[in-house]
Amino acid sequence: MTTSELQFDAPADPVVDGPVLQVEDLHVSFPSESGRVRAVRGLSYHVSPGEVLGIVGESGSGKSVSSLAVMGLLPSSARITGSIKFQGRELIGQNDAELSKIRGRRVSMVFQDPLSALTPVFTVGDQIAEAILVHRKVSKQAAAKRAVELLDLVGIPNAVERAKAFPHEFSGGMRQRAVIAMAIANDPDLIIADEPTTALDVTVQAQVLQLLETAQEVTGAGIVIITHDLGVVAGFADRLMVMYAGRAVEKGKVDEIYQQPRMPYTLGLLGSIPRLDVSEKQALVPIKGQPPSLTDLPDGCPFAPRCPMVVDACHTAEPPLMDVDGSAEHAAACIRTNEIAATDAEGAEAAVEIFGAEVAAEPEVAKIPREQRDIVLGLDNLVKEYPINKGVVFKRRVGTVHAVAGITFDIREGETLGLVGESGCGKTTTLMEILNLQKPMGGEISVLGTKSSEVDAKRRFAIRRDMSVVFQDPMASLDPRLTINDCIAEPMQVHGYTKDEINRRVPELMRLVGLRPEQLSRYPGEFSGGQRQRIGIARALALEPKLVVLDEPVSALDVSIQAGVINLLEELKSKLGLAYLFVAHDLSVVRHIADRVAVMYLGKIIEIGEVDSVFEAPRHPYTQALLSAIPIPDPVKERQRERILLTGDLPSPANPPSGCRFRTRCFLHASLPPEKQRQCIEVEPPRETQAPDHEAACHFAQIRQVL
Amino acid sequence: MATFLAFTLASATFDPIGVLQQRNPPPPAASIEAKKRDLHLDQPIPQRFVTWMGGVVQGDFGRTITDRPITDELGRRIGVSLRLFLLGITIGILFGVLLGVVSAIRQYKFSDYFATLFSFILLSTPVFVLGTLLKMGAQGINDSIGTNVLIFVGETTPGFQGNWFEHLGDRLQHLIVPTLAIALGQIAYYSRYQRSSMLDVLGSDFLRTAQAKGLTRRKALFKHGLRTALIPMATLFAFGFGLLVVGGTFTERIFGWFGMGDWLVTGISAQDTNITATVTLFVAVCVLFSGWLADVLYAALDPRIRVN
Amino acid sequence: MTVILNEGDAAGTTGAASGGPVDAAPEPGKAMTRGRLVFIRFMRNKLALVGLVVILGMYLMAFVGPLLSKWSYDTQDYSAFLEPPYSEHIFGTDKIGTDMFALTMRGLQKSLIIGLLVALISTTVAAIVGAAAGYFLGVADKTLMWVVDLLLVLPSFLIIAILSPWFRGKSWFLLVLMLAAFQWMITARIVRGMTLTLKEREFVKAAKFMGQPARKIIAKHIVPNMASLLIIDATINVGSAVLAETGLSYFGFGVQSPDVSLGTLIGGNAESATTFPWLFLFPAGFLVVFVLAVNWVGDGLRDALDPTSTRVRRKEKKDTKEKAA
Repeated sequence: MTTSELQFDAPADPVVDGPVLQVEDLHVSFPSESGRVRAVRGLSYHVSPGEVLGIVGESGSGKSVSSLAVMGLLPSSARITGSIKFQGRELIGQNDAELSKIRGRRVSMVFQDPLSALTPVFTVGDQIAEAILVHRKVSKQAAAKRAVELLDLVGIPNAVERAKAFPHEFSGGMRQRAVIAMAIANDPDLIIADEPTTALDVTVQAQVLQLLETAQEVTGAGIVIITHDLGVVAGFADRLMVMYAGRAVEKGKVDEIYQQPRMPYTLGLLGSIPRLDVSEKQALVPIKGQPPSLTDLPDGCPFAPRCPMVVDACHTAEPPLMDVDGSAEHAAACIRTNEIAATDAEGAEAAVEIFGAEVAAEPEVAKIPREQRDIVLGLDNLVKEYPINKGVVFKRRVGTVHAVAGITFDIREGETLGLVGESGCGKTTTLMEILNLQKPMGGEISVLGTKSSEVDAKRRFAIRRDMSVVFQDPMASLDPRLTINDCIAEPMQVHGYTKDEINRRVPELMRLVGLRPEQLSRYPGEFSGGQRQRIGIARALALEPKLVVLDEPVSALDVSIQAGVINLLEELKSKLGLAYLFVAHDLSVVRHIADRVAVMYLGKIIEIGEVDSVFEAPRHPYTQALLSAIPIPDPVKERQRERILLTGDLPSPANPPSGCRFRTRCFLHASLPPEKQRQCIEVEPPRETQAPDHEAACHFAQIRQVL
Repeated sequence: MATFLAFTLASATFDPIGVLQQRNPPPPAASIEAKKRDLHLDQPIPQRFVTWMGGVVQGDFGRTITDRPITDELGRRIGVSLRLFLLGITIGILFGVLLGVVSAIRQYKFSDYFATLFSFILLSTPVFVLGTLLKMGAQGINDSIGTNVLIFVGETTPGFQGNWFEHLGDRLQHLIVPTLAIALGQIAYYSRYQRSSMLDVLGSDFLRTAQAKGLTRRKALFKHGLRTALIPMATLFAFGFGLLVVGGTFTERIFGWFGMGDWLVTGISAQDTNITATVTLFVAVCVLFSGWLADVLYAALDPRIRVN
Repeated sequence: MTVILNEGDAAGTTGAASGGPVDAAPEPGKAMTRGRLVFIRFMRNKLALVGLVVILGMYLMAFVGPLLSKWSYDTQDYSAFLEPPYSEHIFGTDKIGTDMFALTMRGLQKSLIIGLLVALISTTVAAIVGAAAGYFLGVADKTLMWVVDLLLVLPSFLIIAILSPWFRGKSWFLLVLMLAAFQWMITARIVRGMTLTLKEREFVKAAKFMGQPARKIIAKHIVPNMASLLIIDATINVGSAVLAETGLSYFGFGVQSPDVSLGTLIGGNAESATTFPWLFLFPAGFLVVFVLAVNWVGDGLRDALDPTSTRVRRKEKKDTKEKAA
C-alpha cells in the first residue's frame, strides 16, 4: 500500500514556545432547577507540548466540563469566565466559526461513550475522511485513502473493508479506535481524552490506553486524560491534577501524588481503591458523606464535611493551592499539609492511618474447613441457549446463542465466590438462571441441596427466602414510587410476616446497613447512590437469607462511596455468616472481597480456585491477560509491568470457536508449534486441578505472574 | 381482512331495504323483493362477501344501490382524491420539517414559541372547523378584491371555457384553499414531531464529535443532525398518507370535491354496502402501501435497518 | 442461622466500625418530593395553567351556564329568527329561533361529558390490558398487537361511521362506549412498550425474585410507575375523544338528535358559516379553545413529569438578561 501525501509532521515540532494549553482562573456555571451550578470554580493548569496531564476526580467534580470549555462545546446556557489560551491564543470569546478552525485541527477530543460518539447513518471511513476534509483542501479520494491508513494505524484489521462499515457494525473497542483515528487525523497539538476507557472492558481498555500512547508518539501532541480511575493514569500521565467540587485540590508529578499525597481527599481516594497486587486483607478507606451540591457550597473547604482531619479553621475560608514539601511542582489545597507530611506512612497506608480504616473479622463459620461446610449453591454443568430467530411473521430459527455452555461450581456456607469475566461472557445469564429457579435447559442448579428441576411452585417460593439479590444500579433497583419503608418491607409482606414483625424488623435492618431509621418515610429519590445501595442490601437481608447474589453491587458507585459499601458487605458477611455470589468485572474488588474466584470466557469457566492462588499464579492465558490489563494505582509498578495485550474482539457466542474457545485470541496458542495448536483447535480443554483448590481449562497451562 | 370486517359490519348494520320502505309513497312489495335479490340480501353475509370479492378480483366492484357500476366511478374519484392530497402532503411535509428544525434549533426563542403556538392552535382545530374558517377567509379576500380569486366549491368551474392554460388557472383557483386546509394541519403535525426528534439529536454525543472534528455547529446540525433526526419521521410520513384519506373526507365534503372521502359519507348515508366496502378497500390498500413505503424510506435512511 | 439484632447491638457498631459509612443525607429542608417538584414545574408553565383554568371554566360553564340563561335549548323565541348576537340573545339565534347560547352550552355539555368518559374508560382499559399483555406476553399479547395493527389499516372513524346506523336512536352512551372501544388500543400499545421496559428494571426483577406474584407486581410496581404516562394520556385522550365525537357528529354519524353536541351544531351550521357566522363561530370557538386548553395542559404535564425537562434554562436566561438590561 502506498502511503498518501497526508502525513504526520515529525514529532516534537512545537509551533509556538511555551505551553500548548494554558488555563487561568476558569469558571463555568450552569442554570438549574435549584439555582446556579458552579461546575468549575477558578481552575488553572497548563499542558506542555508532548506532556500527558491526568485530571482525576469523581462525578460532578467539574473535570469534563472544564475540558468541554476548552473545546468550546458547552451548551449556550453555560457562563464561562477566565482565560483559556491555546498556543498563546485566547479561546474564550471566540465565535463558533473561529473555534471550529482549531477544533479537530489543532485540538481534538476523544469522548467517553464510543457507542454514541459516531453518527449512525454515515460510514466510519466517511466520518474520518470528513475530519480531514473540513480542515484541508484535499480531494475526497485522498481523504478516503488517508482514512483507511488511519484505521490501519489504530489497529483495525482489514481497514479497507472496515472503512465502508457503519458504526453499528463495530464493537465498542473498535469504535473508540475509530474515534481516536479521527482525533489524530490532522496531527493535532493537543488531544483531550475524556474518560476514554470507562465504558470499555479491561482488556479493551488496555488496548485503547496503549493506542493513546501510540497516538501521542506519532503526533507529538500534549494529552489531557480525564478519568475517575487512579489506576488508569498511573502509568501513563506525567503530571496529575486532582479535582474536587469544581476546583483543583492537588496537583504535581505523578509519583509525588501517589507517594506523598498532601490533601486528605487524594489520600482518601488512594486508600479507597482495592488493590489487585495486595494479597493480605487490605483495609479500605471509606470517605464518609458525599460530594457537596454545587449549587450551594459551604464556606470554607468544600471537603471539610467529609474530612477526618477537619479543624475549625477549615470552615472559615477555602484554602488556595499552596506549594508543598518545598516543591514548586507539587501543590495542595489544604491548611494541614504539614501534618500529613509528618506521618511516617506513605500513600494508601497513610490514608488507612488517617482515616482509621479497619479490616473486618473473618466469619465464625470460616474457621471450619471448607469441605465440612454445607453447599449453599451448586451449579452442575448448567447450560443456557437462546434461539436466534429471523422473520416477522414466520419465525425461523437461524442459529443458537450458547450463552452458558456448561458451568460447574459450588458455594459453601460463609464463603464468597467472585464470578468474573468481560461483557458477553455469560455471567449475567448465569445469574438470571440461578435467580429464576426454573428447570435449566441442561445441568442442574441446587440451592441448599434442593434441585431447581424438581421443585414445585410452592417449594420454589420457599427457596426464595434463602436466596436474595442486590443489583448493580442503585437508581433502578428501588421502586421510585415506594417509600424506603415499603421497599424494605416488601419481601416480608410477600412471605407473610405479621405487621408487628415487619415494623420491628425494618428499623433494625436500616441500622444494620448504617442508615438512620428516621429516614424510613422518604422516597429513594432523596438518597444518594451509596445510600440506595445500602437500602438494597437491607432489603436483601430482610428474610435472613443464607445466600446473597450480588450483581456488580459497587460498579455504579464512585470510588470513595464504593469502599464504604464493600466494607459493609464484608462486615455483614462476618456478622451474619452469609455466603455471597459476587458477580463483577472489576478484579481488584473481587480480589479484595472474594474467597474463591471463577473466571468466565464465552460461557465457560476457564479458571477457578482460591483467590490468592488464582491471582498470584494464574494458569490460564486469559486470566493472565485479564490480570495484566488491570491498571494498578502505583506509577512505579505500573511503568515496570509487562502488559499482555489481547488481539481482536470477543467471538460471537452464536458461533464459538471449536476446541478451546479462547484460542482465537490466545497469545500462548499463537506461539505454539502447529501440532500442538491442533490440539487447541480440535479438543476442548477439560478443567484440571493445577494446585489445591485451583483448576484451569487449558491444554498447556503454565504459571505466569503478571502482577 | 380489514375489508372483510368492514363488509361484514356494513352488511350487518346497514338496512337499505328499511330506507327503501320508508320512502313516500312506499314502493310496492314486489319491487322491494326484487331489490333484495339484486343486492343478494337473501344470502348469508360471508357468501355475499365472496361474491363481491370475486368481482373485485376481476375488476368489478359491484353496483350501487341506485344500480350504477362502482368501477366506473372509482377511477375518477381516486384521481380527485390524489390530486388534492398529494400536493397538500408534499407542502405539509416540507414546511413541517423545516418549521420543526427551526423550532428545535432556536428552542425557547421567539420563533420557537411562535411555531409552537401556531401548531398547537392548528392541532386543536379540527379540519372541518379549519376548512370552514378558510372558506370564510377566502370569502373575505374575494369580497375585498371584488372578484372570485379563490374559489372554494368544487374542483373546476362547471362549463368553464378556455384553453389549457386558462383551465390550469381555473383549477389552481379551486385548489388553493382546500390544499391549504390539508397542508396547514400537516405542517403543524409534522413540525411537532420533527422538533422533538431534532431535540433528541441535538443532545447526542455524535453531534458533539462532529463539532469536535471541526465542523461548525450549523454544519454539524444539518449534515449529521438533520439526517439522523429524519429517521423516525419516515414512519410518520408514510402512515400520515394512509390516514389522510379518512381525514380528507372532511376536506372533500366541505369544498365539494367528489373524491373517495366524499363517497364514503355518501355510501354510509345511503347504507350502501358496496360503496363502503370499496372505499374501505381503498383505505386499506393506501395504508398497506404506506407501510411498505415506510419500510423502504426507513431502510434508505437508516443503515442499521438495511443490514437486517 | 439466626440474626440477633437487639437494639443496642445494631445501633452503634455496624456503621461506626467501618469509619461511619452513613452517607450524609440531603438536608431535610431542601429535599423536594417528586410530587412537589412536578407541581412547581407545572405551575411555572403559564400556558398549561391557563389551559387548566379554561378547562375547569368550561366544565363549570357547561353545567352552570344554562341555569343562568333564561332561554333553554329546546324552546324557541318566535320573535327572533337568525338574529346576530345582541343583548337578548348573546350568541344570536338560529333559523327556528333557538337561543344559540343555550344550544352551545347544551352541546358543550354533551361533548365534554363524552370526552371525559371516553378518556377515563379507554385509559383504564389501556393500562390494564397493555400492562398485562406486556408482562405476560404470549397469546394475549399477540392478539392485542394484531388488533392494533388491524386498526391502523382500518381507522376507527370508518368503523364507527359504518356502525352508526345501528346505534341511531339509541342512547348517546353507546357512542361513548364505541369511542372508548377504539381509543384504548393505541395507548395500550404504548403501555405495553413501557411495561416491556419496566419489566427489565431491577426493582421489578427484585420483586419477582423475592416471590411477589405477577398480579401484584403489575399493580404495585408497573402501573404506578407509568402514572405520568397515564395522566398525560388521559388528558390528551379527552381532547381526541372530543375531536372524534365532533367529527362523527359533523356528518351525523355520532350524537343523534334530539341530543346536540358541538359536532352536530358545527356540522349543521357550517354551510351557512359565510352568511350567518355566529351560528358556526360560537360552537367552533368553544371546541377549538377546549381542545387547545387540553393540549396545553397535556404538554405542561409532560414537561413537569419529565425529569430531563430543560425548560428552566430559558427562565434563568431571561432573568440574567433582565439583570443585564
